[in-house]
Amino acid sequence: MTSGTDEVPEDADVLEEVEADVLEDVAADEREEGEELEEIEPPDSNAVVINMNGKDVVARKGETVIAAALRNDEYIPHFCYHPRMSPVGMCRQCMVEIEGPRGPMMVVSCMTPVAEDQVVRTATDEVKRAQEGMIELLLANHPLDCPVCDKGGECPLQDQAFSHGPGESRYVEQKRHYEKPIPISDLVYLDRERCILCDRCTRFADEVAGDPLIHFISRGNNTQVMTFPDEPFVSYFSGNVVQICPVGALTAKPYRFKARPWDLSQRESTCTTCSVGCRTVIQSSRDELLRYQGVDSDPVNWGWLCDRGRFNFEAINSDHRLTTPMIKTEAGLVETSWRGALDAAAGLINDALAGGGAESIALLGGARGTNEDAFAWARLADAIGTPNRDAQLGDGLPAEILGLDRATIDEAANASTIVLLGPDLKEELPVLYLRLRDAAEKGRSRILEFSATDSGMTPYAWKSIRHEPGTQHNAVVSALADSDIAEQLAKGDVVVVAGRSNLADSADVTVAALQKLLAGVQGAKVLPALRRGNVVGALSLGLAPADADHDGLAILQAAADGKIEVLILLGADPLNDCPDADLARRAFAGARRIIAVDTFACESTQHADVVFAAAAYGEKAGTTTNLEGRVSTVGQQVTATGTSRPDWMIAIELGLKIGDRSFGSDHPLRGVSTVDDLTDMIANTVTGFAGLSSSTLVQQTDGVLIESPSTSLPEVSFAEAGRVSYDYRLVVSRKLYDRAVGTQMSRSLTNLASASVAYVHPLDLDGLGVAEGDDVKIVSAKAATILPIRPDSAVPRGILWSPFNQGSGNIEDIIDWRSATTDVRIERV
Amino acid sequence: MSRLSDHNVILAKEIIARYPKQKSALIPLVHLSQEQNGYVTEDAMRHIADMIDVTPAEVYGTASFYEMFRFEPTGKYLINVCGTLSCSLMGADSLMHHAEQTLGIKAGATTDDGLITLQHAECQAACTEAPTLQVNYRHRYRVTHESFDQLVDDLRSGALDTEIPPHGTLGRNRQQIPADRAVAVQAPEDVTTGPAWIQVSPA
Repeated sequence: MTSGTDEVPEDADVLEEVEADVLEDVAADEREEGEELEEIEPPDSNAVVINMNGKDVVARKGETVIAAALRNDEYIPHFCYHPRMSPVGMCRQCMVEIEGPRGPMMVVSCMTPVAEDQVVRTATDEVKRAQEGMIELLLANHPLDCPVCDKGGECPLQDQAFSHGPGESRYVEQKRHYEKPIPISDLVYLDRERCILCDRCTRFADEVAGDPLIHFISRGNNTQVMTFPDEPFVSYFSGNVVQICPVGALTAKPYRFKARPWDLSQRESTCTTCSVGCRTVIQSSRDELLRYQGVDSDPVNWGWLCDRGRFNFEAINSDHRLTTPMIKTEAGLVETSWRGALDAAAGLINDALAGGGAESIALLGGARGTNEDAFAWARLADAIGTPNRDAQLGDGLPAEILGLDRATIDEAANASTIVLLGPDLKEELPVLYLRLRDAAEKGRSRILEFSATDSGMTPYAWKSIRHEPGTQHNAVVSALADSDIAEQLAKGDVVVVAGRSNLADSADVTVAALQKLLAGVQGAKVLPALRRGNVVGALSLGLAPADADHDGLAILQAAADGKIEVLILLGADPLNDCPDADLARRAFAGARRIIAVDTFACESTQHADVVFAAAAYGEKAGTTTNLEGRVSTVGQQVTATGTSRPDWMIAIELGLKIGDRSFGSDHPLRGVSTVDDLTDMIANTVTGFAGLSSSTLVQQTDGVLIESPSTSLPEVSFAEAGRVSYDYRLVVSRKLYDRAVGTQMSRSLTNLASASVAYVHPLDLDGLGVAEGDDVKIVSAKAATILPIRPDSAVPRGILWSPFNQGSGNIEDIIDWRSATTDVRIERV
Repeated sequence: MSRLSDHNVILAKEIIARYPKQKSALIPLVHLSQEQNGYVTEDAMRHIADMIDVTPAEVYGTASFYEMFRFEPTGKYLINVCGTLSCSLMGADSLMHHAEQTLGIKAGATTDDGLITLQHAECQAACTEAPTLQVNYRHRYRVTHESFDQLVDDLRSGALDTEIPPHGTLGRNRQQIPADRAVAVQAPEDVTTGPAWIQVSPA
C-alpha cells in the first residue's frame, strides 16, 4: 500500500467513495473483502500463516494472496478480481512479488493461492514498476473522457491510475475507436472504448446470474464485450454488471448523467421490494433519490440486487405520487388537510363502531411498510377490537407457516437437499434464486423441485417433478416413495422453500403438500417464500388473521356480503393483487366506506372515501423483516413527497382522533413521538423481537434474526376435482415485472412488463387449430376472458399458463377463490 | 437463412454424442456449419446454441476467437495473399495489386459471382518460396502475375476441383467411429476407475 492514504482507492464494487464520513459508517468495503467466509477461530486447521510485507498474517487454506491481503488491510490494486466470483487473472494489475525457489517472482495475486510460510511483498520498487506498467497499458486505449463519464469520481481505474499509475504515458498513437455508447439491453449501455476487458460483467452473467448473453467477441486488439446480434442482454440482474464494472464502460439508463458521485449523499438501507431483504445503499442528490447500489451482506444478498429492486427508485420520484390526503365529495376525490382527512376517517370508524361494532371494521395490507408501520396499525386494530386483518390478499400462505422450524437463507443455500414447493424464485424472489442457484451450481446442494411448469430453477434442479396443478400433495407422496429421492432426503439437512406456485389454486393445496412433505421428512426446515417486502414483519407484529374465517379472502367476502362498514387498505390494492378479481370488485361495491393509505393513486384508492398520502421507501426510517425473519434497518434519505407521512404516524394520529374507542388515556402509543420509540416498543413488547432496539439494529448492519412462536399448519381439506369437460388446467403465477405500482411508475421498468398472454404447449396449440398470437376465449366454470395465445414448451400439455397482474386481458377474472383448482376450456373466436 | 441442414443435424447429433458434455461439441459444430455454407451464419449459430444448450452469444464469442471461421459470405475459394516480410520483399504488394485488378475487387471482398474472396494474410511459413498465397489454405509458391492469372482461370474452369474443395470443407473423408470402438463417454467428474483404452488389435 502506498503511504499517501488519501489516495488509496476504495474498491468500487459495493460502495463508491462518495463521502468519507458516510463510508466510515457503512464500512461496506471492509465487509465485502472481509466477511466473505466466517471468521476464523484459532486454532484452525484452515489457517495458513504467510509473511506479507514483513508481517505474519493469517490466511485461509485455499484462498488467494489478494484475498488474504485485502482482509489484512494490505491494499493491492486490482480490477478483475471480485470476491464473489472466480478469479481469472485478466487485468494483471494485482502483481506482487513472492519469494520462490529461484528468488523473487512476479505473480498475479488473484491467481496465486496462499501457502504456508509464503513470503509476499506488495510494494517493492519492482512491484510498483510492474503495476505502473499495467496501468499504462490499460490506459493505452482508454479514452480518458472522465469529465463526461458517469463513473468519474468513483472509478477504480481513475483512482488507481492516481495511486498506482506512472503519471505519464508513452503512447502517442491513435486510440482504438468504437461507436459509443450502444444499448445492450433496455437498461444498460455499453461503451467499448472505456472497457478494459476485465471479464467482470461477462463472468457475472455466466457464473452468478446464469444468463451468459454477453461474451467476449473476436480476439486480440479487437476483443470486445458484446451480445449476439439482435439478442440483447435481457437479464433480471443486469444492473449488477453496471455496479461491478471497474470503469465507465457499463452505465445504467436510469442513472446516466443524473449526478456526479461527489454530489451524492447516501445511507444504508434494506430493499423492501420483495421479502429477500437485500442490503442496499440509497443515494440522493439535492433531496432526490438517484441510485440504489447493492451492499455485500454475507447472510443475504452477497452484494447483488435484482433490476426491479435496483431501479424502482424512479417510482418514488414520480409525478403521480399522492402528495396530500384526499376525501370523497360529490365532486369525487378532492384534496384536503390532514386534519380534515383524519377527522373524516375517525368519524367513519366511530360510526362503524357504533353501528356494526368492531367486527364491521377490517384492515387489509401492511406488508409494504416497515415493522413500525405494521405494529402501529396492528395496535390500532387491537384498540378498536377488530379481528379482521390480514397482510396478505389471498395470494400467500396461512401465517402459521412462520411458526414452523424456519430456515435461514444461508441454511437453505448450504442444505444437502433444497425442496422447492413454491413459486418460480427467479420471478418472485430473484436474489434468493441467485443464492440457491449458486448452491446447486457449486455442488453444495441438490434441488428437488415440484412445479406444474418449467421454472427459472428447473435447469439447476437435481430432479424437477411435474405435477398437474392442484395435485402437488400426491406428487409429494409418490416422490417420497421413490428410492433415489428417499435416499437423498435421508441424508438429512433438508430445507423446504414453500410458497404459492399457482394463484389459480387455493392455498390449501400448497399447505396439504407441505404437510405431506414435513410428515415424510424428519427435521426438515422451512423457508417461507412469501413475496411482499415486509410480509413476515407484518404477520409477526399483529397483522396476521386470527383464523381462516378472518383472513384476506374472508374479509373481502364479508365486504361483498355487505358486512363490512369500514375497509382500511394499508398500501393494498386488492383490485390488482387479489387472485379472484371478481371477489375484490364485489368487496369494493359492498363495503360501505373505504379508507386507503397509499403512496400512489391506484385503482383501489379511486374507490376510497378517505385517502391518506403515505411516505414511500427512502422517505421514512424504520426496520423491516425479511422472509427468514431477519430484522434490519430501513433508512430515510430524502424528505417525504408533499405532506405525506409515514404509515405509523397516520395510525397513531388516527387512534388519537378516534379517542376513547381506540387509544385510551393510558395507551402506550400516546407517548410515541419518533420511529425509534416504536422500534424500542416492539423490542420491549413483542416476543421474538426482544432486544432488537433501535440502537442495537444500527450496529448490526447484517440484521438480527427474530424467533417466531412455534405453530403448526392448519388442517385443510379440499375436493379434488376431476377434469370433466374442461381440457386445460390453469396456472397463474407472477413475473418479476408486472402492473405493480412500483414497476409501472418507474419509467425504465414500465415497458418490461409482458402483456397478458395465455401460453400452452406447442403441440396443444397445433391441436387447437389457432395460430400464434390469435385471440382465444378462455372459459372457466365462473367466467370467460379473451387473451392472445402463444406456444411455450415450458408449459406441459393440458396446462394453460398465464402471468398474473399484467393488465388488459385479466386472467384474474376467471379464478374462483373457493375452488381448489381452476379448469378452463379454450374456444376459438 | 441457413440453419444446419437435416443431413447435418444428424451428423451434429453424432458429434454431440461423442462428448461427455454437449457444450464440448461447439467448435466441431461451427466447423460443420462453415462447411455447409462456406461461412458461419447467424441462424446456424442460433441453431447450434439450441442443440448444445448454450446461448448464441457463447457460440459467437467462442467462434469469433478463431481466425479461420468467417462470419460474412465467403466465395467458394478464399485466396490469402501473404504480406509478411519475405513475401513483401519478393513483391507481395505488387501481387496483391495485380490480384485486385484481375479480380476487380478490393482485398477483403468477394467477386460478384461468389467464386473468389481475396484477403491479406500474415506469414504462411514458407518464406523460402516467397511470394506465397493460399487458396482455401492450400499453398501456392513463388506466385507471379502470370501464375496468379493461370490459377484464377483454373479455379473458374473447374480444373482444380479435385485438388481444392470449396471453402469450409474440412476433409473429404469424415471420421466414423463405430460405437464398439469408441471410448465410453463419461464426464470427467464421473470417472471413478482408471483410463479406458482403445483396443488396437486383438490380443
